[in-house]
Amino acid sequence: MSRRKTERLLNLVICLLATRRPLSAEQIRQAVPGYDRDGDEAFQRMFERDKNELREIGIPIDVVRDPWEDEPGYRIERQSYELPEITLEPDEAAVLGVAAQVWQRASLAEAASGALLKLRAGGVATDETAGGGVAGGGALEVRVDTRDPAFPALWEAVRDRRPVRFDYRGAGSENVHTRTVEPWGVVSRRGRWYLAGFDRGRGAPRAFRLSRITGQVAAAGRPGSVEVPKGVDLRAMVDFPDEPARERTALVRVRQGACEGLRQLARTVRPGADGWDEAELTFSDPERLAGWMASLGSDVEVAGPPDAREAVIRRLKGALA
Amino acid sequence: MSGSADRLPRLLALVPYLMSHPGAQVGEVAEVFGLSEKQLIDDLQLVWMCGLPGHTPGDLIDVSWDGGEIVIDNADTIARPLRLGIDEASALLVALRMLAATPELAEVQGDALPRVVAKLERAAGEGAAAVSSQVAVDVDAAPDALPRVRQALTARRRLSLRYYVPGRDEVTPREVDPMRIVVVDGRSYLECWCYRAEAMRLFRLDRMLGVEVLDVPADPPAEAEPIDVAQGVFRPSPTDELVELEVTAAGRWVAEYYPCEQVTELGEGRLRVTLRARDEDWVLRLALRLGDTGRVVAPPAMAGRVREEAERALGLYAHQA
Repeated sequence: MSRRKTERLLNLVICLLATRRPLSAEQIRQAVPGYDRDGDEAFQRMFERDKNELREIGIPIDVVRDPWEDEPGYRIERQSYELPEITLEPDEAAVLGVAAQVWQRASLAEAASGALLKLRAGGVATDETAGGGVAGGGALEVRVDTRDPAFPALWEAVRDRRPVRFDYRGAGSENVHTRTVEPWGVVSRRGRWYLAGFDRGRGAPRAFRLSRITGQVAAAGRPGSVEVPKGVDLRAMVDFPDEPARERTALVRVRQGACEGLRQLARTVRPGADGWDEAELTFSDPERLAGWMASLGSDVEVAGPPDAREAVIRRLKGALA
Repeated sequence: MSGSADRLPRLLALVPYLMSHPGAQVGEVAEVFGLSEKQLIDDLQLVWMCGLPGHTPGDLIDVSWDGGEIVIDNADTIARPLRLGIDEASALLVALRMLAATPELAEVQGDALPRVVAKLERAAGEGAAAVSSQVAVDVDAAPDALPRVRQALTARRRLSLRYYVPGRDEVTPREVDPMRIVVVDGRSYLECWCYRAEAMRLFRLDRMLGVEVLDVPADPPAEAEPIDVAQGVFRPSPTDELVELEVTAAGRWVAEYYPCEQVTELGEGRLRVTLRARDEDWVLRLALRLGDTGRVVAPPAMAGRVREEAERALGLYAHQA
């Protein structure tokens, strides 16, 4: 933005805030330096662009249509422009300081620091000492990473209540499919971001892991056209239980002196013969168990149940190939 | 906020800041706004050219910075900052809601959080409140180790840990001097000086199998500097060996789970990933766990080790269980 333009826009904001009565475009043209020299058409185009730019940075411009006037009038209502009076207690300022530093990536980090700057400009005492003292004897830092490239576009889609389209690879799938989704929200769970929403193709609510979205997220409808169902529980939608209910027991032979971690997590460990101990492990998914057991190589042997033993043998043969 | 496109929002915060901080120093204000002193003075010169319609000297904003002390007058129209935008307020509100669910913070700072949330929601308007209920960061339940870790932080005492490392299936005893708690993506870590590693370390609280507060004052050495977690919690050392793996669609989790130097799509969901490995045993375990969903491409000696170990482990299964 050129210096001249910044000057013109700042004068326009002051002019529209100062006026009691809505001003017509012509009156604005006379009042704000920078418009006067141009022809009618050039002025109209410039004024339209300026209004859009002000709205983009969040300045509310009222358009007043008086039935007695041909031309609409413009003004900025002070009450909807100004940051309301706000004061923070020291403990409130401290937690706000921690909150403002949570986001690690540009889009939200800039939004958070922009908010803090406005609060400070409004005379609010903020505390940016990185959580010093907040945790009660010991500093605290809280961070959230939004590393997935799809995050900014989905944040905007959720904000603007706008349907989106993207290519998605299901877990372990060889193929990518295009999904059209009405976004209800984004949720971070155990360090991973999920989109929860209504999958139009499947005609049902679905959750999508952001890291499995490939390529761009495109708009697939008008802003404001997504209706988030009342009382929808986003967290429940992305809550994939780690362990299904049925728990089973595996009998595992463990080389003596090896597999410390396994021994810690085992239900029982009893000494066996020939330098091997016997441990009982609780599991539910034989494939998950097999992954863990295979990773321990020749330090363990799964004695049973047979499906778990077979799963380990399959993994090891796979690693051999 | 130093780009020229951000200049108008900055000026609309700068003027109120100067109004609410009369006599502020050029250096101090430049730092708050992330500008050089020269850039700030350029901003002040621009502001000085603006004002109410008419633009007689009495209409213009009056600003001076004699002797480095900034005095502003005649800027009542824009004396208050612009209200918080939806992104700005949402970024803070989502972070605050997450903090309210963070056990490390909620217990000590519990009632300040809802107060700040209420004040911000009032200052922001409806849109932001809606967005911030659609974006959520799930936080792990309070780990068992938390009370004792916090006790050690508060009393500045050394801790004795038994720490589980799943990648190596090891439990190692460690003595550490706690420095602070870091919560990243909803998971808690203790940042501390580790006497076993003789370096700063982050330990996950939920992987501490035993925690004992020792009767020894914490006394971290002078070189104990906080870890920059903004760069990620898992940071392989650049001197670690580069390992190249090829994984099938079912093994893609590797690229999501570990920080990779390079990821190349090979078609049909297959990937080639290059990552840095702390040690060979870790790679061996990973390759065995992957079974036929991944294989080590380089270094070739590593691929050989995986085959040998898989063969040795399969030898255990040659007999009937």
